Amino acid sequence: MSPDSLLELSDRDRACLDGDLGEGAALAMGLLVAIAETEGATGFIDIEGAHIDGCLFHGQVGIDFARALVEGGATVQVPTTLNVSSLDLLHPDLYRGSTDEGEAARQLMDLHVELGCAPTWTCAPYQLPDRPKLGSQVAWGESNAIVFANSVLGARTNRYGDFADISCAVVGRAPLSGLHLDSGRRAEMLVEVRIPQSAFAHEIVFPLLGNWLGVKTGNRVAAISGLPTDTTEDNLKALGAAAASSGSTAMFHAVGLTPEASTLEECQASPDIPRLRVEMIDLIEVRGALGVGHDDPGAVSVGTPHMSAAELRQLAILVGDGKSRIPFYVNTGRDVLSSVPGSVVAAIEAFGATVVTDTCTYITPIMGAVEGPVMTNSGKWAYYAPANLGFDVVFAGLEECVKSAISGKIHLEDPFQM
Amino acid sequence: MRCLLPGVAVGELLVLSAPLSFWGGVDPVTGTIVDGNHPECGVKITGLILAMPHGRGSSSSATVLAEMIRIGTAPCGLILREPDQILVTAGFVANTLYGSKFVVSCGEAPEAADGMFRLDHAGLSRDKDEIGPVFDGDG
Repeated sequence: MSPDSLLELSDRDRACLDGDLGEGAALAMGLLVAIAETEGATGFIDIEGAHIDGCLFHGQVGIDFARALVEGGATVQVPTTLNVSSLDLLHPDLYRGSTDEGEAARQLMDLHVELGCAPTWTCAPYQLPDRPKLGSQVAWGESNAIVFANSVLGARTNRYGDFADISCAVVGRAPLSGLHLDSGRRAEMLVEVRIPQSAFAHEIVFPLLGNWLGVKTGNRVAAISGLPTDTTEDNLKALGAAAASSGSTAMFHAVGLTPEASTLEECQASPDIPRLRVEMIDLIEVRGALGVGHDDPGAVSVGTPHMSAAELRQLAILVGDGKSRIPFYVNTGRDVLSSVPGSVVAAIEAFGATVVTDTCTYITPIMGAVEGPVMTNSGKWAYYAPANLGFDVVFAGLEECVKSAISGKIHLEDPFQM
Repeated sequence: MRCLLPGVAVGELLVLSAPLSFWGGVDPVTGTIVDGNHPECGVKITGLILAMPHGRGSSSSATVLAEMIRIGTAPCGLILREPDQILVTAGFVANTLYGSKFVVSCGEAPEAADGMFRLDHAGLSRDKDEIGPVFDGDG
């Protein structure tokens, strides 16, 4: 610690830093102190849980750090879930990457399980039964999970990334700053959504809004007014995931919908925060940027973030007794998959879709070569896939993705087209 | 200039005109900026003292930068106008695991300047003490 540090440590924090609780805990605490000083935090708080994104392999350093924690005797001190990795352990044949990278990915996963993390392998930990509650202090990684936890659950987390998330979990503490504090959670701007109510019938309005929000508001907390009262958690999931991709959004309020914003007055930082207005023309522009096209689709990928049980049920209804003419990938979590009736999974598989668990099609080689653009209903997938995978994207709703897969032709009917 | 992560860097100074995401924006194997939208795309940053307004993008940048330090393709230090815990994390992890001396400071970088510089806990100075510290204030 620097001599002029403002950071106050508890006796246990100090003991942890000094190595009294083991070398692994000392490594983690050392990192948290460096982060806390960078952020100007004055102390640490206890956390109730953690979600770890650092289990996705990006290089040897990830393994070296996790191994140093394990060999230093560290274990997680709070219930801790794991994000997606590069492998689908339930369907291992789907992985088309190199053997070396696959083994490294597996090693990193095993080390995190050794630290005591639950092998949930999902980017949507908020779909698991024991999710954080309003006011819970947690340390979450994975940008879409962070924005969901803060906005929809009212739990409190900063944006924890690789190394920091697992360090919070093994210490059971987090630097007290930013979104952990009341003062960091107030809306600094108001976004007024001015589009026809009928447009909300097309669920892609939510990822389009999210993409727009991320670009316009960056890392600031915004309050959104004008969303319909029947907006679902899955709608807000799609909005938040898109915003956290195009910007650094870690929290938003939806006035009248999310738990800290029953009114605008309740959530705004001051009565005169700046106002922005978003209209149809803005969303049409976003839609164009995310991907439009009329070439025959080569594949479909849905479920980024992982599909919820409600979305899997909806997909099972939409596919009916149709058959997909093209590869159709459905990303979901293993726990959600095992929670839905077998008939739902059977309908999706009879349609010809490939169910992917534990990982996601935009971060690992599963899809192979594709002839033509890939359709998706995910703002996040549409944002990252072109650079990660080299695909052209056509952005559309779930129903349009299904109809296009059955006919083999792009089928678009939403009102957000040029 | 405020020291966010102590270490020692000696190298030429490169002042980036836009923030850089290490994840997706840099090829970690060659140490070259590959983000096609970045004004300095194509520039090799290995061994340089890199100044930029702030970090950007995914928190996976922490792993990419730490991995670059491990394999020797990273810059030797960073000067950020705004503190960034993701880049501090990268340097802390690499320094702790591999004994590197990556340094991160927060403050105003000079305009682009030729010659060798030294960046450490005291701030940025001309190397070899020819001129003495030039930017060691609070920025």
